[in-house]
Amino acid sequence: MDLTIVVLIQVLYAVASLVIISSGLAVIFGMMKVINLAHGEFMMLGAYAVIVSIRFGINLWVAMFIIAPVAVGLVGVVLERLVIRRLYGRMVDTMLATWGLSLLLIGVVTSIAGNTTAGVSAPLGSFTIGAYSVSSYTLVIIGVAVALGLAIRLVLLRTQLGLIARGTMQKPDMANALGISPSVVYSVTFAVGASLSGLAGGLLAPLTGVVPTMGGAFVAKAFITVIGGGPAILAGLVSASTLFGAINQVATFLTTPVLGEVALLGAAIVMLRLLPQGITGRFFKGTL
Amino acid sequence: MTPLIETRNLNVRFGGVHATRDVNFTLAEAELRCVIGPNGAGKSTFFKLLTGQVKPTSGQILFRGKDISNMQPHEPGRLGIGIKTQVPSLFNGLSVWENVWLSARRINSTTQANRITGETLERVGMEAHRKTLAGLLSHGMRQWVEIGVVIAADPPLILLDEPAAGMSDAEVDRTAELILEINRQHALVVVEHDMNFIRMIAKKVTVLHQGAVIKEDTPDRIMSDPMIQQIYLGKKPH
Amino acid sequence: MNRFAQSWVSAALVLAIGIALMFGLPGVMDEYTLMQGTIYAIMAILGVSLGFIWGFGGILCFGQAAFFGLGSYTYAVAVVNMGDSTVPFMLAIAVPALFASILGYLIFFGRLSDVYMGVITLTVTLILFNLINSTAGPEWKIGNAPLGGFNGIPGIPTLNFPGQVDKALSPGDLFYLTMSCLLVTYLGLRCLISSKIGRVIIAVKENEQRILLLGYDARLYKLFSFTLGGAIAGLAGCLFANWGAFTSPTIFSLAQSAQIIIWVIVGGLGTFVGPVVGCVAIQWLTTQIGTQQTFNSNLVLGAILVVFVLLVPRGVVPSLGLVLEWIWNKLKTKAMAENAACPQPLLPEVKFTAPSQTPSTANAISITKEQAA
Repeated sequence: MDLTIVVLIQVLYAVASLVIISSGLAVIFGMMKVINLAHGEFMMLGAYAVIVSIRFGINLWVAMFIIAPVAVGLVGVVLERLVIRRLYGRMVDTMLATWGLSLLLIGVVTSIAGNTTAGVSAPLGSFTIGAYSVSSYTLVIIGVAVALGLAIRLVLLRTQLGLIARGTMQKPDMANALGISPSVVYSVTFAVGASLSGLAGGLLAPLTGVVPTMGGAFVAKAFITVIGGGPAILAGLVSASTLFGAINQVATFLTTPVLGEVALLGAAIVMLRLLPQGITGRFFKGTL
Repeated sequence: MTPLIETRNLNVRFGGVHATRDVNFTLAEAELRCVIGPNGAGKSTFFKLLTGQVKPTSGQILFRGKDISNMQPHEPGRLGIGIKTQVPSLFNGLSVWENVWLSARRINSTTQANRITGETLERVGMEAHRKTLAGLLSHGMRQWVEIGVVIAADPPLILLDEPAAGMSDAEVDRTAELILEINRQHALVVVEHDMNFIRMIAKKVTVLHQGAVIKEDTPDRIMSDPMIQQIYLGKKPH
Repeated sequence: MNRFAQSWVSAALVLAIGIALMFGLPGVMDEYTLMQGTIYAIMAILGVSLGFIWGFGGILCFGQAAFFGLGSYTYAVAVVNMGDSTVPFMLAIAVPALFASILGYLIFFGRLSDVYMGVITLTVTLILFNLINSTAGPEWKIGNAPLGGFNGIPGIPTLNFPGQVDKALSPGDLFYLTMSCLLVTYLGLRCLISSKIGRVIIAVKENEQRILLLGYDARLYKLFSFTLGGAIAGLAGCLFANWGAFTSPTIFSLAQSAQIIIWVIVGGLGTFVGPVVGCVAIQWLTTQIGTQQTFNSNLVLGAILVVFVLLVPRGVVPSLGLVLEWIWNKLKTKAMAENAACPQPLLPEVKFTAPSQTPSTANAISITKEQAA
């Protein structure tokens, strides 16, 4: 019984992790159809923002929930204005340019911070279930993922920003006709996506070693989740994260963590072959 | 006589749009038919059904008696259905010669393909431009090259989507001549708006409106029909 | 310039230069520099493999390094087990080709778009990296060859002359072999794209819908290009394993795949010489950067990639071609103007309005095909 609960928590945790690391990408790809291959590096910047803030004595939670998202959001705005906006509609060129940005960011951070691994320990300790010990931070991650999902839904459905974003996504011309500049909407959307990536990076800082090249491990997973999810941002994010997260965790339990990763990647390829439009291209159509 | 093309209760729905409604359309071998209708009538959708780019929601499409309703995208071309699309679709980076040659070469040897390409370019009057890149041609010339590409494969059925669009009067006359000449050995379905052009080439016209066939008759009777005059928002005949 | 690039004259010229380099360089270079030349040539073959499938086939593979790596690992494992290197050499080409054909089948017959292709090829490279990286324990071996995990496989026996196990290739021999492979690949690909299959491959890239409507199964042609590209990359991998007598999982890294793409972008899509030029230039640049401390190589490469995508999307060689063509045209019209006693005759009434769907067609081979998601 205890084992079941622990397994369940781990599966939820895997799903939650995917939700968190993919949310920023889901917003950017879902809204703007921009493939941001620098996504991992946005996360890396968020993680470094937390590390640096800690060094300055700032509270961990403040660093994670405020400083990291804001800092990376600003970086996002700058990059969008300088590079991304010149490539709208050119999907492959965007992929290439953002790949270049990813290398650039790694290079810049390596030059400043060096190659050594920095880290911060997971807060809140652990609790026990029967004979098993579970990190309390795991529950934080699960909680944040749920909150994030609800927040995105709220913003998209209930706020003016969300409405404008959804409208512009469907018809950029209409936005113009309503007196709203699509380029402003895109800037804000990109910034929001970048902030979410920064948040994800900050949240992950206690869990992985923070090193300039850490982004690479997350980029593929995030992409697979977003593209596997399909056109509906939230429903796609949740459904794909659930599917892949569960497969990943179950495979890890049955074999090794490496094979768990492989299983996730393999499942993605199979799934895309069966559902080329992603999950919400076929199911849950028309939802958010 | 098995008809060349026969559709039975053909329906296509895209989301809420009923783009093709219960269309029963028959075409005999070497017949020439014009299809007209206002914008949104479903003409291009109809062509896409025939070329397999769109799958029917219900109903059947038969080509010489064989059901072709669910084909892979390259199969209609193999069977013998050629299409010149509304916006001329060519290989812009290849020369005029190569565009036509690729079409001829699929079913012929190199020597035969070379001969056929030369003859086809003569027929459509583009011999002089054989080395020009297709991307550099004017709109009218692109239409002719595309017609050449289509006929080089010698398909029994040729679909032409607005072959006279954007052409000068002289070019339109030439296109009409070309179509009649092609019609001696191939069936053609031509979508057009220019009623003068239609009168030059067609004996029978099918009128589409909101996805359904509402009338099939000779050009003169179609044009004197007040209902059609009212709904058809295209060019009025002079 | 494009006419020139496509003509047999340019092929003959390139071959002549290549042969001259192949026989001339060993005379002027010491063994160490010759080995540098060899690695440049190996990477050039790899670059050409991507230049072919991308520039002519329209397939942007984000994981070409996967086939490169498979080639090197296949050779290493096979030669350790078999001794004589003839079969391992062939396997090093066949295994990546087989892998490419399976992957290609999944992607092309599943009708996935460019975007998905990029993600899936990226993913596959990652899978391979993760898998091989974790094989460090002694229990991980194929036959007699331990896979070595993140340590890689050291001491890979060099290719020997076919049938003579004891007569291994010297570094000089390896240089000749590599250059020959490069030239044969170049010649082979040039012949291929002039053939019917080659024209269809290009047509699939130019306008897939049109080639389908003509009755050609585009999926088969893409599969063919992709498999051939994998085979060529595998060949490069095998030569690489011989060059350093070593291979490791970093060969599957994203960084390696990124480098290949950067070479092709910088050198230019649509030619075979372009990727070679890009490869040599970037390799040289990377070596130079490595010797100094100020600028990190990732930084420079990333900046180059961004700048090129934004400003020089066609790459060096075709852009040079455009510049040369522009100069040539200027000189021509200037000469005509000077010779004319009367005003220029009016051009015939044919309108040369470029249709909206065509990008600048001065370089006939268009670069990338954009598809809506």
